[in-house]
Amino acid sequence: MRRDEIIRAVGKPFLEDESVKISCRNVNVYYGDKHALKNVGVDIAEKEVTAFIGPSGCGKSTFLRCLNRMNDTIKTCRVEGEIILDGENIYDRNVDPVLLRARIGMVFQKPNPFPKTIYQNVAYGPRIHGLARNKAELDEIVITSLEKAGLFKEVKDYLDHPGTSLSGGQQQRLCIARAISVQPELILMDEPCSALDPIATAKIEVLIDELRQNFTIIIVTHSMQQAARVSQRTAFFHLGDLVEVGDTNSIFVNPEHKLTQDYITGRYG
Amino acid sequence: MNETEMRQDGSGPRLQLIKAGLKRRYAKEKIFRTLGIAAIFIALLMLAVLFVTITKNGYGAFEQTFIRLDVAFDASVIDPEHSGDPDVLSSANYSGLVKKTLREMFPEVKSRRQKRDLYSLVSRGAAFHLRTMVMADPGLIGTTQTVWVPADDDIDMLIKGHIKTGGGGGSRVKADKAAWVDTLVKKGAIEKRFNVAFFTNGDSREPELAGIRGAVVGSLYTMFVTLMLSFPLGVATAIYLEEFAPKNIWTDIIEVNINNLAAVPSIVFGLLGLAVFLNFFELPRSAPIVGGLVLTLMTLPTIIIASRVSLQSVPLSIREGALGVGASRMQAVLHHVLPLALPGMLTGTIIGMARALGETAPLLMIGMVAFIVDVPSGIFDKATVLPVQVYLWADSPERAFVERTSAAIIVLLVFLLIMNALAVVLRKKFEQRW
Repeated sequence: MRRDEIIRAVGKPFLEDESVKISCRNVNVYYGDKHALKNVGVDIAEKEVTAFIGPSGCGKSTFLRCLNRMNDTIKTCRVEGEIILDGENIYDRNVDPVLLRARIGMVFQKPNPFPKTIYQNVAYGPRIHGLARNKAELDEIVITSLEKAGLFKEVKDYLDHPGTSLSGGQQQRLCIARAISVQPELILMDEPCSALDPIATAKIEVLIDELRQNFTIIIVTHSMQQAARVSQRTAFFHLGDLVEVGDTNSIFVNPEHKLTQDYITGRYG
Repeated sequence: MNETEMRQDGSGPRLQLIKAGLKRRYAKEKIFRTLGIAAIFIALLMLAVLFVTITKNGYGAFEQTFIRLDVAFDASVIDPEHSGDPDVLSSANYSGLVKKTLREMFPEVKSRRQKRDLYSLVSRGAAFHLRTMVMADPGLIGTTQTVWVPADDDIDMLIKGHIKTGGGGGSRVKADKAAWVDTLVKKGAIEKRFNVAFFTNGDSREPELAGIRGAVVGSLYTMFVTLMLSFPLGVATAIYLEEFAPKNIWTDIIEVNINNLAAVPSIVFGLLGLAVFLNFFELPRSAPIVGGLVLTLMTLPTIIIASRVSLQSVPLSIREGALGVGASRMQAVLHHVLPLALPGMLTGTIIGMARALGETAPLLMIGMVAFIVDVPSGIFDKATVLPVQVYLWADSPERAFVERTSAAIIVLLVFLLIMNALAVVLRKKFEQRW
């Protein structure tokens, strides 16, 4: 098999229309000698929720972290291939990862608010990027972000309390507020609900659905039900291969690949 | 008996087995806990022995025997021409005044040898004391004043009961001297007072005049130089190695060498300082700047290692959170990682500084062991430090230096206690949870 050959996953990995936000071709990721992601090619549509599903260790988180170059921080990690965001390969030499991450926000598996106040948590991004000219503008950004994250009502009297004093679900919504405070075009969510109880999870899912109006969202999830509930498109990974991509409905109702079918019917994974 | 039966029956052989084992397990735990408590107890006992011995030996030095003299500030001795010139006042024969006063107190003393013994009742510092008084207030000339002057160290020791009088040649205090002391005691002319000089004077050959101020100030200057150099250097090195440096053979070599440096005997650093700072850079000998530089070399590895460990203990999720909103690596480190790692870094630094404060060997090599009377007034002045002062006094033959040695150790330990307490307080203050 030639490296530059585009391996087509079954289903509909590539989009023909203008709505493509990110297109990936021949993405290979290595952790040292381990080939973690093999020749992945997929398009991500704009203002949609795309879900990555698959059993543990299938490479879905690895792929997500490639999209904002978070893997740069892992010394042994090597990424090959093209990831084109708005016509530009994000792994180009002249692309600044700091600028890239201002365009692509991220929410992590475990809520990781800074050990600072709620206000400072949300204000940090706008502040380092110089997005607010004065205190009033910064206040405005913080409040809007908290409102969009559905957290403002609960914390409006506690903005000077530490972010770590909130409950797990609130912390995760705080992290979402922190991510949207710099108005990214894309939000990556790495199993955002895996550390949360069902009620907090439901709130986040509603929130994701609302955020879809303004942001392109990619969510990695272990829960197939969650993928079915929140996403418009779903990609199924297996052992570093992208097996099948398609509209969420068709993937769950009528999977083309045998592995996809086995996974979503719970035969393994 | 089948398996279902065993599960239902609480007294089945399986549970019996577990119960029997349980006793053994608890017994083991109890032995282990007892051993732990015993270890702590022994450690505390050792510490108590140390503190009790040193305090017992040293507390006496905080008191000094003084002798009351009724000194006639005779104008014909001090300033015969009534010039009032400070030069004349300062060069007058004050020890003559002291001697005259003593002769008047004991008129029966006639022979030359006896007179010499009599004069040695009071410290040589007595004359300086009188001079200081006159210089401060020339109006004293012509009057008679009651003055308390420090007694000689032998008399001090006699009063404190550390040496005995004896008729033979073995004792440092002869029988006639002891008789004079008795007379003075009966007259109420001898008194033990708080030893202010111990805290305000520099070193001296005379134990009753020797103080630790020079050593304390020297230590403070040396620590200042050490802190100013080793903390920024150590923290910057740790941050670079931990957060920015690529992981390759070179950084591995650097890491191994830093760990090696931490284990190098301190005297080797002293020799290095002698060769590099004194002989090559020709910095002043015995100066706190050189002492500080040498101690920096010694403290750096400790600070680097402690700082790296505390950087490593900051969870990756904090860094990722910062990078995720578009912070540069520098910003992620400075804004988020460093504040969380700082308590650990401070603790490591203070522990390193405490070790440096007690360090003697490398400072001997760079000449801080010299006998220095003046209190240093800057990092380029000649100075000594507390542990070296302890070493110097411990080496002195006079009996009175024994208790001063212990007193200096008490001061050194108090400084160490303060520093370690500070480490705990700082850690508690800056500790943040995530």
